[in-house]
Amino acid sequence: MAKITLDNLAHSYSPNPSGPEDYALKQLDHDWVDGEAYALLGASGCGKSTLLNIISGLLEPSQGRILFDGVDVTHAPTAQRNIAQVFQFPVVYDTMTVRDNLAFPLRNRGADAAYIAKRVQEIGAMIGMEAVLDRKARGLTADAKQKISLGRGMVREDVNALLFDEPLTVIDPHMKWELRTQLKSLHQQFGHTMIYVTHDQTEALTFADKVVVMYDGRVVQMGTPQELFERPEHTFVGYFIGSPGMNVLAAEVRGDRAVIGGQEIGLGRSFGQPKGRVEVGVRPEFTRLGAEGLPATVKRVEDVGRHKIVRADVGGTEVNVILSEGVPVPADATRIAFAPEGVNVYSDGWRVAPEAATPEGAAA
Amino acid sequence: MNKTVNQKAWFLVLPVLALVSFSAVIPLMTVVNYSVQDSFGNNQFFWAGLEWFKEMLESERMWNALWRQLAFSAIILAIQIPLGIIVALNMPKSGFWASFCLVLMSLPLLIPWNVVGTIWQIFGRVDIGLLGYTLDAIGIEYNYTQNFYAAWITVIVMDVWHWTSLVALLAYAGLQSIPDAYYQAAKIDQASRWAVFRYIELPKMAGVLMIAILLRFMDSFMIYTEPFVVTGGGPGNSTTFLSIDLVKMALGQFDLGPAAAFSIMYFLVILLISWVFYTVMTNMDKRDGV
Repeated sequence: MAKITLDNLAHSYSPNPSGPEDYALKQLDHDWVDGEAYALLGASGCGKSTLLNIISGLLEPSQGRILFDGVDVTHAPTAQRNIAQVFQFPVVYDTMTVRDNLAFPLRNRGADAAYIAKRVQEIGAMIGMEAVLDRKARGLTADAKQKISLGRGMVREDVNALLFDEPLTVIDPHMKWELRTQLKSLHQQFGHTMIYVTHDQTEALTFADKVVVMYDGRVVQMGTPQELFERPEHTFVGYFIGSPGMNVLAAEVRGDRAVIGGQEIGLGRSFGQPKGRVEVGVRPEFTRLGAEGLPATVKRVEDVGRHKIVRADVGGTEVNVILSEGVPVPADATRIAFAPEGVNVYSDGWRVAPEAATPEGAAA
Repeated sequence: MNKTVNQKAWFLVLPVLALVSFSAVIPLMTVVNYSVQDSFGNNQFFWAGLEWFKEMLESERMWNALWRQLAFSAIILAIQIPLGIIVALNMPKSGFWASFCLVLMSLPLLIPWNVVGTIWQIFGRVDIGLLGYTLDAIGIEYNYTQNFYAAWITVIVMDVWHWTSLVALLAYAGLQSIPDAYYQAAKIDQASRWAVFRYIELPKMAGVLMIAILLRFMDSFMIYTEPFVVTGGGPGNSTTFLSIDLVKMALGQFDLGPAAAFSIMYFLVILLISWVFYTVMTNMDKRDGV
């Protein structure tokens, strides 16, 4: 177990990167605290897997350093780093039995036979495959194979970190939930540093202590699930996390007033005079349908069980509103108002912090 | 739903039936016909029963040719299969040099058999051949027309030169089908180079290697042109393999009866060995599946 430090790290797949757009992973400084469970969340192609492969040593970064507990391992081969990694698609050694598959990493490290036998039995029980330990791995189903891959990742107790690269993609939903719970309890039991790459927000939010959101080769925000929900640092975070995601509207912001589609509304707090492309972001949870606010047209209503989602149109932009179960869509629903505590202002995609509370009207 | 019975579909099989009859069944039956009769020329035939088969089974000449043939096939398989795998493992995985290697490797496969024979026949000559002359000049006694070992080594090296590419290309195809994730997982699991070969590469190549072994066995067991051009079966009878012996008997001595019996037994031996190979392979597959 180790603290993993990324120092000034960046990676490009092209040999002569000419600009930031050539980098799959843009410059990054980050500490992965020893013993924490992280989820690396982002859309496909945002650099998550690249980052993971750099940590495990399958890829050498174009620039920067990686340190395990302060020791530079940037150029150390994978085998020396003592890292476990589980890939998206199952990798099993076909000609071996399930037992031999699980024992393989331990045998390669020259562990004691009695210890291997005991440890393999434990892991076999953990992934629920005790009964098939002596079968060949070849004939098994994809999710059984992926469970073997997971087991092989967890069999070494002294690993520096456990990395998961979307490991549950091929597993059916019921088993997914069960394995995720097991991973979490494993983490609580042994306290390994875990990094879990996924594009599924539910998976990320339930697994991790800290969620790291990546967008376009950059880490845009790291925080607890609650922080990501309440204060998305980037419009992408707001849009990517939440169901449905945050509503983002182009606006002109002056102090505590915003002009959206020619209509002026109050923001409750002052945001100064943000420059660049200014947007206002409000989660559907903080919107209200009624007779106040911005003029809107209701397009359709979706009942998803626990609540209703109202899809409305505000000056050409789609805005989602969440209504609690049992609340009817008001008949005079011609306007949408925002709760001030849920309003965030963004400049060029990045969040603008509200100014400290000032006396009413001081900004004007 | 009522299905109408219509046997006319059988007519569709007719062309194939006719083709196979003319190309395989009728010629084969001619051989069978010869094998049970004796002829004294003038197209006169006399019934001989299984006489020729008995004679052939007791013939030392045929047994010697068979043992030579088995030894030859065993030796070239033992060299070509491992060598082909080693070559495939060391070929570049992609890019210009991968294509370059592939083209280079395929070249020997494109050369006609008798040209290969001629190349080596000249190459090995002590008077004008580069190989023969060089060996002679550095004091190694090498003469494939007189020395038993020189003849065997020449024939074997020639076959290895001609056909190792085939094994290498097949093994290379097998290697290319292994996803990167397997190698990455092996690195994570800290597997040694040998373990990567033993548990990842070899199992993934097993299928194509079986085909390579079968093809190389059948081809080497029927080899004729190349050794015939180089050594003509000599010195003595030392490189007279089954088909060379067969041709000598059928065309040289015009012993049609014994030669036909010989052919049929030759055919049955190939069929038998190939069948054993095939059965062993498919059983290995099944056992692994359980």
